[in-house]
Amino acid sequence: MADNGKRKTKLLDQLESGPWPSFVTEIKKASESSPVCDDLLGQLELSYEEKQGHWKHGGIVGVLGYGGGVIGRYSDVGDRFPNVAHFHTIRVNQPSGWFYSSEAIRTLCDIWERHGSGLTNMHGSTGDIIFLGTKTSELEPIFKELTEAGFDLGGSGSCMRTPSCCLGPARCEWACYDTMKLCYDVTMAYQDEMHRPPFPYKFKLKAAGCPNDCVASIARADLSIIGTWKDDIRQDDAAVAEYAAQGLDIRKDVCDRCPTRCMDWDGQKLTIANRECVRCMHCINVMPKALRPGVEKGATILIGSKAPIVQGALLSSVLVPFVPAEELLETLQELIKRLWEFWDENGKNRERIGELIQRVGMAGFLDAIGLDPVPEMISAPRDNPYIFFQAETEEK
Amino acid sequence: MPIFEVAGKQYEVDEDGFLENPEIWNQDVACDFASSEGVTELTESHWKVINYLRSYYLQFGIAPMIRKLCKETGFKLNEIYVMFPSGPAKGACKLAGLPKPTGCV
Ligand code: HEM
Ligand code: HEM
Ligand code: SF4
Ligand code: SF4
Repeated sequence: MADNGKRKTKLLDQLESGPWPSFVTEIKKASESSPVCDDLLGQLELSYEEKQGHWKHGGIVGVLGYGGGVIGRYSDVGDRFPNVAHFHTIRVNQPSGWFYSSEAIRTLCDIWERHGSGLTNMHGSTGDIIFLGTKTSELEPIFKELTEAGFDLGGSGSCMRTPSCCLGPARCEWACYDTMKLCYDVTMAYQDEMHRPPFPYKFKLKAAGCPNDCVASIARADLSIIGTWKDDIRQDDAAVAEYAAQGLDIRKDVCDRCPTRCMDWDGQKLTIANRECVRCMHCINVMPKALRPGVEKGATILIGSKAPIVQGALLSSVLVPFVPAEELLETLQELIKRLWEFWDENGKNRERIGELIQRVGMAGFLDAIGLDPVPEMISAPRDNPYIFFQAETEEK
Repeated sequence: MPIFEVAGKQYEVDEDGFLENPEIWNQDVACDFASSEGVTELTESHWKVINYLRSYYLQFGIAPMIRKLCKETGFKLNEIYVMFPSGPAKGACKLAGLPKPTGCV
């Protein structure tokens, strides 16, 4: 023990020495009010000394009526660190776009200090508010207080995970549809699937308002919804001239960095061959006052991304190239219904839908969900010129 | 090793209250564990689920996937949650004396 009665954490202390914020510093601060934090640091220091983790895998705890939302965690050195013998994590469904009043955050933190470690992670990679560390006996009281305050648990395990979205039209002029409304509507539509795990494995949905994809949906969601537009980039020539006058090198920094080289700047006039534009957002990001997404707005629906747990990482690939904003929710619901039927019928235990598509092949998958293949589904043209056409293809 | 005590009987369980030795299971065990999972009375429907889980486990050594459980017993998932409020994995499997299903995050 150190002089202040705290555990010594020689190795962890090194993590406080760099220029960055440190979780060690934060947990030490929290230990002023919560005894859990000292044991948490103590156990982690032990793990660093022994180069070995001390959390046991896979507890099953929860609240009545729900099969998800709480992730059970136990220590295998609970005798030495009794305050973290149980250290369950609670997922709390975040508001769309992560907008809170300060009162709401205080309410959440008060509930959590009464019943848990007081440590939070705002927000986890699913988007949820994460409450880190509590005992089994506290779960029902927390759930009761949360629901009374208007909050609900998020998804975990083989649930539909809590949908999340970028803040979209609330603050961002590039949003091509109302991400927050879509996220809310989807959340409400799939309450059953969020709270009572029905699937072979997890299913995540994220909604980004434009191809900047601020929620990284293309890498982190089984179903990625990314805003886009169909017509031409809106262009304000006077504003383009203004950027040039202020010293922006439009040729070098805009045109030459366009991935499809579809822009041209002759020193006077910017020309965009919109047919060749792949909506990467680069030019718009560089000249936000001069260029804007078009007016025919909607979203692209992509499928299959995941992080490498059971198999390797995948990025989502295009499933529906363009859905007009007004039809998005309806289209999604119909699509999700077919996706889940297919996954339910064919998925192995712990197989993500992207892995299943790889296993059965895109052709078989599209057939099963009743979509026709379209060129946009291909991420890059194949360079092998030997393509064998089947008789039925030729007839068309 | 935690001990679950009920009606004068003692069971060795893991930290989530699952039976430590699944082979000692019999119908009395299910009745004894019911109250710990919010089940007040074991009806015919409960037994249908429990017996299915039990026989699947004895045959394959693991718990069935949820879809299979629903399909084979004919219950919808939310009906199973009405019978076993803590859910099929925690509630029903515990009463059926299966070892803790190895879930993940
Ligand atoms: C009966 C005559 C020929 C046959 C059966 C034949 C067959 C093939 C095959 C099977 C490949 C591999 C395709 C692939 O990489 O996907 C290939 C590639 C190639 N062949 Fe031929 N070949 C023939 C004549 C020629 C001739 C006469 C030339 C050049 C004058 C030629 C130039 C090439 C080249 C450049 C490639 C590489 C194509 C690529 O980069 O994909 N071949 N050929
Ligand atoms: C060292 C020897 C060889 C090498 C490195 C080689 C390499 C390749 C490669 C890289 C491809 C392209 C595969 C694709 O992307 O679809 C190809 C295609 C092909 N090769 Fe070879 N090859 C060899 C020998 C042969 C031989 C001996 C034959 C025939 C007797 C042959 C017949 C073909 C045919 C018919 C294809 C086209 C297959 C398709 O596109 O479905 N190759 N070869
Ligand atoms: S994804 Fe696009 S619309 Fe959403 S916040 Fe980012 S830039 Fe704005
Ligand atoms: S959005 Fe991207 S692809 Fe389209 S014109 Fe701008 S830089 Fe080029």
